[in-house]
Amino acid sequence: MDLSYGPQYDTYRQEIRDFIEKHRDQAPRNAPLKSDAGKRWQKLLIEHGYTARTIPKEYGGHGGEPDLLKGRIIAEEFARGQTPQDLGGQGISMLVPTLLELGTEEQKRQFIPPTLAGEMVWCQGYSEPNAGSDLASLRTSGVLDGDEWVINGSKIWTSTAHLADWIFCLVRTEPDAPKHQGISFLLFRMDTPGIEIRPLVDMTLAPNFNEVFFTDVRVPKDQIVGKRGEGWYVANAILGHERDSLGDPNATLARMTRLIELMKEETVGNERIIDNPIYRDRLMKIQARVMTLRFNDLRVLSSRLNNTDTRLARMISKLQGTELRHELEGLAIDAMGETGLMYGPSEFLRDGGSWQNQYMYFLGLIIGGGTSQIQKNIISERGLGMPKEPKVDQSAAKVN
Amino acid sequence: MDFGLSELQLSMQENVNRFLDDEASLDRVREFATTDHSLAQDIWNGLVNLGVVGVLVPEEYGGLGLSAMDAVVIGECLGSHVTPVPFLSTCVVAPRAISLAGSDSQKNEYLSTIADGRKTIGLALSEACAPRGKAGATVRDGKLTGTARFVSDPDADFWLIADRDAQLHVIAAGAPNLEIKVMPQIDRTRPLCELTLSGTPCDPLPNSTSDILQHVLDVAWTALAFDTLGASQSMLDQAVEYAMNREQFNRVIASFQAVKHMCAEMAAEIEPSRALLWYAGFALDDAPDEAHLHACHAKAHLAEVGTFVAKTATVVHGGMGFTDLLGLHYWFKRIGFNRQFLGGPEWLREQAAIAQNLAA
Repeated sequence: MDLSYGPQYDTYRQEIRDFIEKHRDQAPRNAPLKSDAGKRWQKLLIEHGYTARTIPKEYGGHGGEPDLLKGRIIAEEFARGQTPQDLGGQGISMLVPTLLELGTEEQKRQFIPPTLAGEMVWCQGYSEPNAGSDLASLRTSGVLDGDEWVINGSKIWTSTAHLADWIFCLVRTEPDAPKHQGISFLLFRMDTPGIEIRPLVDMTLAPNFNEVFFTDVRVPKDQIVGKRGEGWYVANAILGHERDSLGDPNATLARMTRLIELMKEETVGNERIIDNPIYRDRLMKIQARVMTLRFNDLRVLSSRLNNTDTRLARMISKLQGTELRHELEGLAIDAMGETGLMYGPSEFLRDGGSWQNQYMYFLGLIIGGGTSQIQKNIISERGLGMPKEPKVDQSAAKVN
Repeated sequence: MDFGLSELQLSMQENVNRFLDDEASLDRVREFATTDHSLAQDIWNGLVNLGVVGVLVPEEYGGLGLSAMDAVVIGECLGSHVTPVPFLSTCVVAPRAISLAGSDSQKNEYLSTIADGRKTIGLALSEACAPRGKAGATVRDGKLTGTARFVSDPDADFWLIADRDAQLHVIAAGAPNLEIKVMPQIDRTRPLCELTLSGTPCDPLPNSTSDILQHVLDVAWTALAFDTLGASQSMLDQAVEYAMNREQFNRVIASFQAVKHMCAEMAAEIEPSRALLWYAGFALDDAPDEAHLHACHAKAHLAEVGTFVAKTATVVHGGMGFTDLLGLHYWFKRIGFNRQFLGGPEWLREQAAIAQNLAA
């Protein structure tokens, strides 16, 4: 057992701390996508190798050698400093890794550099009104007409569609193939005629999501990643990465540190909340779970370094990470009581209203990115070897 | 960076598991549980032959001289097999206490007889952590007077006892003015007794301090958490296996989402707990500043995880889970015992808060 990262990494960690200390004022606050501040921040981070660290220079990355521990230290330190580690957005987090793995050389050169620079903003077109947990049943269709795909249908939960220049989109191009084999992964501009965007306000009251409608949207034939009918596998190549990043234990640890301070500050009657044994017991229960997920995360990291198997340890991280974070944010609201209801400009508002906001946001993450129930299916089937639910007879299903 | 069990630890676990699979079956556990409380000599001898009984005894006294982490990971195997042996007391807690607080001659006397399996030492430490009632013992004229309850191993040769001043002593089973009374309780794999001390001769460990006592309790809590980890994993494995074979409505019940989700929830609690326990075990010898906090959280958290698993795995077995026939209740009760013994989760979480200056 050796939990140290080694002395050369201590220096690296200190460099990052110094960087954050020196530059944190330049970090974009809200809605960094498309903002000049956001682009400047992204440029600064790439220069220092704190984002896009291992992406080759010719694609606009930092061009560093792969090093899992450096990646980890960056994540830890930016979480600790509560400073954004990149510009955000699904182009950087999802499309870039997909293209690096499965894109053509031409696609890599065309799309990765402007995406990393924040010049080209993307949205993800996967879910549909009738294709949520059963994503592979999606119906948005793409029919080849000469050199163009003609796309009809709609997408939902499309974050940042209203800001996006481009969309990476799952489209059914082979209607006669089995459902997982009839999907293609297409890329197209959001200003193509026939695209309509309607905002979908979520419970935090932020216009985070959109519905996107396609009516005879014409897309050049070669704007496809992978081959026709391979879209499901292209999308799944990196879905695991997304799940790993939801409910990040480093961010949860930073929130818990703040929660402890909050419980020392807040009072009910003349008693500090931290002095009340019931609240304190809830805090200690949550602390044990935060520690548990942090050590689990270290175990997964260590197994990746040493090539050992920790499938189950990885599989549980989205389920447990999001549920725990939701509960932690909820404890802060309980600790504040009526003060915890404040949501908007008020002298009584604490921490910018972030506790209510994150309490709701993480409820969204319990559902998004594969619901907790889907996670439990995955854990039981792929982790424990239990069988899938038998397929429902189609004629019987239609009666219902 | 290497966060996981060492090759030595994995191979010790493999050896112990293989031996217990063969020689400490549920039938053997049942036999122990339904007869008297004398040592399961066959199982004990097997563990002696494997060398693990002396895992924490320094080499100069005939043991393996390994770390606390090496000792507590063996506890996982014993929990997994609900093995009825005094491992926690004799092989983990007592040797650590005597190594730290005993004189050379005491080490010579006790540690060498532990290492070769000749003697067992039970624990009378409940009054040193979360005492119930007015029990407790005091030294008067070099002899102990009072009571100690929830003392492990009624048939032990010695007991390690902490008096009201955090001073550790060893008392011998055959000592005069000592009354031993079995306290019947749910977990028949780890019997308990009450000791009534009426001027009982004792052998004080001269280097005792409250810090040593606390460390000894941290070791015990971590070991109990590992025992629960093993028992919980076994209950989950048994539940999955049962569900894969039991058919209702023309399909195995493992294909019903209601059943699958119960099993997934158990796995989602157990699997990450491993990493918490590895760190708690590692900290005992290698990160002493963090050991106490992590030991408190390890035992409290595993108490919650274990309780959830004990209930859920039993429910997956349906009516059979409720019977004595299947014997699943031995794991249920083992987990229940570990939850309360030497401090329950609420009390331990308060200790965790105190350790961080969040409570007085």
